[in-house]
Amino acid sequence: MTALHHTWQVALRYIRALLRQPAWVGISLVQPVIWLLLFGALFKRTADIPGFTGGSYIEFLTPGVVVMLAVSSAGWVGMGFIEDINRGTMDRLLVSPIWRGALNLGSVAQSVLSIVIQSVIVIGLSLAVGAHFHNGVAGVAVLVAVAGLLGAVFASLSNGVAVVTRQRETLIGIVTMVTLPLTFLSSALMQQSLLPSWIRWIAKFNPVNWAAEAGRSAAAANADWGLIATRTAFLALLLLASAAFATRAFNAYQRSI
Amino acid sequence: MKAIEATNLRKTYRGGVRALDGLSLEVEAGTIFGLLGPNGAGKSTTVKILTTLSRADSGEARVAGLDVIRDAARVRRSIGVVGQKPGLDPEATGRENLEMQAEIYGIRGAARRECVDELLERLGLAEAGGRLAKTYSGGMQRRLDVALGLVHRPKVLFLDEPTTGLDPEARAELWREIERLAREEEMTILLTTHYLEEADRLASRLVIVDRGRIVAKGSPEDLKSELRGDTVQVELAESANGNAAAAVQHLPGVSELTLDGRLLRARVDNGGAAIPSMITSLERGGLRVAAATIARPSLDDVYLRHAGRSFQQADTDTKEVAA
Repeated sequence: MTALHHTWQVALRYIRALLRQPAWVGISLVQPVIWLLLFGALFKRTADIPGFTGGSYIEFLTPGVVVMLAVSSAGWVGMGFIEDINRGTMDRLLVSPIWRGALNLGSVAQSVLSIVIQSVIVIGLSLAVGAHFHNGVAGVAVLVAVAGLLGAVFASLSNGVAVVTRQRETLIGIVTMVTLPLTFLSSALMQQSLLPSWIRWIAKFNPVNWAAEAGRSAAAANADWGLIATRTAFLALLLLASAAFATRAFNAYQRSI
Repeated sequence: MKAIEATNLRKTYRGGVRALDGLSLEVEAGTIFGLLGPNGAGKSTTVKILTTLSRADSGEARVAGLDVIRDAARVRRSIGVVGQKPGLDPEATGRENLEMQAEIYGIRGAARRECVDELLERLGLAEAGGRLAKTYSGGMQRRLDVALGLVHRPKVLFLDEPTTGLDPEARAELWREIERLAREEEMTILLTTHYLEEADRLASRLVIVDRGRIVAKGSPEDLKSELRGDTVQVELAESANGNAAAAVQHLPGVSELTLDGRLLRARVDNGGAAIPSMITSLERGGLRVAAATIARPSLDDVYLRHAGRSFQQADTDTKEVAA
């Protein structure tokens, strides 16, 4: 009960800050919208490749872009922790009886909320340019939920790395180094069966690919609920591990100061 | 009753910097206790250990009767901390900052409202309560930080260099609030400072910390009266060699004589009586005196005596090490 209450208090703090600069949601949407429209146009003929079964490319691409935006948006969440540590806000919270897990989970909750908002906007835009999602609201909801879950994993990792390194430059370096390869080593932009076999093999272990597979399947005509369930379970397990890492990172921080 | 007890705290940071080298202290409940020392002496490390933020490599500490490691969770409920760096959230209003802090301590509903209103009022932030904390002046931010440390009416309050960077007016205002807390709320307050006059004014007991250990302790008055007599400072018209010292040394009641270029410092039993004879004997030795001053012993003198270097010197030394 206290744990939940503390998490809500931390989330409230970040959400309030977010609402005070709604321009931020707009700015962070520019990138996914560019991906959607630009990649959609650039790779339009992908739909003509023999063996491509995803309908129009933009329809195929939308879940991929939603997953990409989750990763790239959640990756930067740790910056807030670094600011809190440099300022002294984190120390003030750490000497209070706040539940340690709430510090990460509250920040994750805010990140997931903004991912959900961004995803809904991207999906709306995709519908406007003619995409069609076969399982209606339920399918889209599953897609958004999976993206949120993936975002929660990356937000926790980002927070943990932030607390351990306490360096903006290090976090920027790691986020840039990790997010693009993980995106391209997945089926976010290209149908799994058309990927080179080595990428297909790596993608099996790539959480971005788990989310892309599950999210895309949920929006497709023949949703594979078994696949969706297993990929979601993988992501949930990974979230447990990464949230534990982010929370434990405070112990390392407190030992070092 | 002891509100704070620390025994033999040691801590070495990664990279080999020894922050604490066997520091022990005791703070009587309901008093203001000063931890005085230059930058890098180990004051903040001591506060971090006592407030459960950091851990000592060895030694023991109890705050409000609770062990800071085994009973960390209960210690956190009993203490208020105002750190050296601002702990506030600049993107939230003053009121929102306090509301979140209250919620963390389980103060909700009407109690929360009452507590937040009272603190805003008392620290002169009532009108600014609805504004984002990042728009506050330095003094206002500091007062909000103090308010954040007081939300749950802690038994023991830690203030780590609370007035650093404040203008004189804001400093005096904060001093009055600190005195009020000790007097009216019967709080035990541990205050670190590197302002000698701050320790002198606020603390009933103090320790002087240098290089991670305590070099002197007592009340400010005790520490000052430990030093016999006054300090006399004589400025010579031109720099002199050892014979200036020789000329003065044999005078009765003169001790701890130092010569630094044109500046001669000595401790004397009675400044008023010593100056004429000092001037006479210097001039007899062919040294012209440009100016002479008498000073009652200050904590700076106490520091000089116990740490073996002047306060400013110690501060500069640490900065050079840090650089």
